Amino acid sequence: MMQFMLLFSRQGKLRLQKWYVAHPDKLKKKITRELITTILARKPKMCSFLEWRDLKIVYKRYASLYFCCAIEQCDNELLTLEIIHRYVELLDKYFGSVCELDIIFNFEKAYFILDELMLGGEVQETSKKNVLKAIAAQDLLQEDEAVEGALRDIGLL
Amino acid sequence: MYPYYESDWSVLPPEANRRFNPAFNMATIKQVVNEAIERVRMPTPMRLRDLIRQIRAARTAAEERSVVNKECAYIRSTFREEDSVWRCRNIAKLLYIHMLGYPAHFGQLECLKLIASTRFTDKRIGYLGAMLLLDERQDVHLLITNCLKTDLNSNTQFVVGLALCTLGAIASPEMARDLAGEIERLMKSPNAYIRKKAALCAFRIIKRVPDLMEIFLPATRSLLSEKNHGVLITGVTLITEMCENSPDTLNHFKKIVPNLVRILKNLILAGYSPEHDVSGVSDPFLQVKILKLLRVLGINDVDASEAMNDILAQVATNTETSKNVGNTILYETVLSIMDIKSEGGLRVLAVNILGRFLLNNDKNIRYVALNTLLRTVHVDTSAVQRHRTTILECLKDPDVSIRRRAMELSFALVNSQNIRTMMKELLAFLEKTDAEFKAQCSSSIVLSAERYSPNKRWHLDTLLKVLVAAGNYVRDDVISSTIQLISESISQQGYVTLQLFKALSEDHQNRQPLTQVAVWSIGEFGDLLLQATPDEENGVFPPTEEQVIELYQKLLWSPQNSVTTKQYTLMSLTKLSTRFNSTNNKIQQIISSFCSSLHVELQQRGVEYSQLFGKYSHLRPPLLERMPPMELTRSQSDHHTNGDISDSEPRSVEDSPQHTVNSESNALLDLLGGADSIADLDIIKTSSQPIQPISNSNNQDLLDLLGLGPISSTPMTDMGGNMGLIMENNNSDVLISSSNQNSNFLSGDLFSNISNERNVPTLTAYNRDGLKIVFSLIRIPENNTLSINVTTTNCTLSTMTDYIFQVAVPRTFQLQMLSPSGTVLAPNANVTQDLRVTNPNKNPLKMKVRLSYLIDGNPVQDQVEVNNFPADIWD
Repeated sequence: MMQFMLLFSRQGKLRLQKWYVAHPDKLKKKITRELITTILARKPKMCSFLEWRDLKIVYKRYASLYFCCAIEQCDNELLTLEIIHRYVELLDKYFGSVCELDIIFNFEKAYFILDELMLGGEVQETSKKNVLKAIAAQDLLQEDEAVEGALRDIGLL
Repeated sequence: MYPYYESDWSVLPPEANRRFNPAFNMATIKQVVNEAIERVRMPTPMRLRDLIRQIRAARTAAEERSVVNKECAYIRSTFREEDSVWRCRNIAKLLYIHMLGYPAHFGQLECLKLIASTRFTDKRIGYLGAMLLLDERQDVHLLITNCLKTDLNSNTQFVVGLALCTLGAIASPEMARDLAGEIERLMKSPNAYIRKKAALCAFRIIKRVPDLMEIFLPATRSLLSEKNHGVLITGVTLITEMCENSPDTLNHFKKIVPNLVRILKNLILAGYSPEHDVSGVSDPFLQVKILKLLRVLGINDVDASEAMNDILAQVATNTETSKNVGNTILYETVLSIMDIKSEGGLRVLAVNILGRFLLNNDKNIRYVALNTLLRTVHVDTSAVQRHRTTILECLKDPDVSIRRRAMELSFALVNSQNIRTMMKELLAFLEKTDAEFKAQCSSSIVLSAERYSPNKRWHLDTLLKVLVAAGNYVRDDVISSTIQLISESISQQGYVTLQLFKALSEDHQNRQPLTQVAVWSIGEFGDLLLQATPDEENGVFPPTEEQVIELYQKLLWSPQNSVTTKQYTLMSLTKLSTRFNSTNNKIQQIISSFCSSLHVELQQRGVEYSQLFGKYSHLRPPLLERMPPMELTRSQSDHHTNGDISDSEPRSVEDSPQHTVNSESNALLDLLGGADSIADLDIIKTSSQPIQPISNSNNQDLLDLLGLGPISSTPMTDMGGNMGLIMENNNSDVLISSSNQNSNFLSGDLFSNISNERNVPTLTAYNRDGLKIVFSLIRIPENNTLSINVTTTNCTLSTMTDYIFQVAVPRTFQLQMLSPSGTVLAPNANVTQDLRVTNPNKNPLKMKVRLSYLIDGNPVQDQVEVNNFPADIWD
């Protein structure tokens, strides 16, 4: 089971954090800081895996963003790379050639997409189409509400 | 948004706008009024987008902090005023601020209010906030449980989805219990979108509360008859968790093996399906999950393994390997083949796949290959041996993770045939490697050399090279085993002493272990050193007496050498006085100069040894006679002369501390030559319990705690000749503690027979830095004894090693400590240890507890007093 996922920039700025295990805020911050420094210090030629405490850390860099996942000993680290890649593909499809700024300004969308791909630290949907469909349908619900709210405001409803 | 809205009207307050103007319809007027009221009541909050821009525009950290603080203050004020219109926007901003690392806990309740709203937008942000801001330690959980319960019954699938997703992320045991029923109902929902999410929620619930598994069992089975891959993969995940949870469930699910095989077969054979294709492989996520479940079901089960042999072979041969995806599946397949009772041919196929992995250009693939080979090396050594050269090549990899794996695997591959070549590579590795590897690598080399060395000379050379290459990183076990070996290889003593002398004269600054071994040997075999056959090849010639003494002077005055090393050196020098002829005066002079050493240990030695030159000089030669060869009590008969596969499982690293203690204490006992102490040791060995390294130091520390003087001087007095070594190993109390332990074993048996016990409540003795110690007290009335079961739990994320727990009680009590169940605390694991406190006077019990451990390489030490024992325990 994936324990957490972190997205951070090359400058070490956290862009997204998803925790599937409960830790106090202080510990989360400590772990995040520790991992960001460790990973940023690694050379590009090194492999994508780290042994860290009793977990396996799998990370991959896409442009200026690092995607970093912590998995348990029994998990398949190569598959975790595929999960990361799938997430990147989804972001890319949703935003249309995604860049770091998209994730900064629409971080909630990035969370929503991740929540349709994974649940409780495990993959819940293996079809890209289904994930994007679910996101699109929920965005539509929000838009409808916005229009409805506006109409109500001006007294048309 | 409001096209009819004119800006000049907007500035007018509603009461100023009394004029009737038919150009405006009612809606516009109403809008203007609303806007105005809104503006008077409260200004529109900044948009998320603008906040992010402002924060990003901040040039310094202080500037950023001021922007954030201002916004946080504003958000707080809106929360206080119960502003529901902009709550959603404010929470979104707060979440961004939270990600930057600022405190955001004050938004927790607002998230719950958003969740309770009827708007989907509010719920979506509210649940996101709940997942980010709450974790299962929050007391707001009862509130959120109620919200979740409502939303799980919603008619909108996406609302149910949000609730499930949140539950999956933050489910606490209480929440799991409260909502398990709802989840079970949703697992049978006709909607696949909900079914898959419910299955993973069930997975999380079982992880939190394994007892709840039963209620999900009936609904789980049907998940496998789905077509939808989302439901399939979540179903397989859930079943895997259930099977790992209980052996009964595992047996229950054995019958689904054919179903799984069919699903996997369909995946492989089905043609291209764009929906699930990942670079030519059909749904690797699902394939990997199924392979994993097959492994869980096939372990130790011949029938189940038989049923999956074919499909595993098919996956292993048919998977496209040019991309990471294919290798992912192959990797999982290999793991399954190795773990289940698969056919021999299949195993060969699996090792060959790993061999191909080792040659892959992708570092990640090489890493997993090494990792997997390490796990399988014990099963099929000869197959792995074929890839030895490649593995040794990985020792030079720039990547630490790969180097570590390669090192471990290399040691696993050493046998009597390849020892020479392997050691050459490993010694070269030892020399160049980072500090973190040196200790482990040097100890492993010593162990391998001990097992497979072709001859004594080679063995000694190897140990010498380890001492030189690893410097101060050498562990103490290497020192003692080297001394042991030199002592027993009579024919090589001259040679090895010469080599040691040479190494020592080249560099003695940062190699304390080397210095200690060298001075011990020179002291013992000083006469042989002078007559040693010169090693013409390497240009090593025996030194003169003066050269040796000169070197000793350097050693003794060098500030870099530790006190222990100097103790060794002084002892050795004293011995040399009986081995050398012409330099006795010089030796005496050096030793007497230590009579005024500032260091008390060195001074004591200086004074004592000086006595041997004065009043008691007739005792000197017999006292300092050469020691008899130390006989190795550890069974060495299992020296491997051939690469027998079945026996060639290398000793794991975890074993080594125990061995070390064994050999060290034995050597010491031999040194002391006490027949009775050897008898003691034998008794310990016959009892099945291993000697725990910890208890050795207990006694002395306890005495320290009680404020008694150290007892280290006791063994020193009787055998002056071996003092240095005894002191060095810091185990002067080995003897005492061994016999004590012995009595502990006996009394342990005695006490365990007593059945008349009364339970007294438990108490938490210590809870700091994630380490929790709980005492459960059991009264044994007959002899006023309290048996305390000490359970130590590691609540941190890191493993604690070298854990030592010590206790002291006032003198009116008698304390017995039994051996702990271990010294290593994995996260959430615990160690137990039994104490017995006898209280003849029925005084109130006070206890001092001292503990130390290593976490992430950092030593931690703490001491507390435990006074909160229940008053009635002695009644």
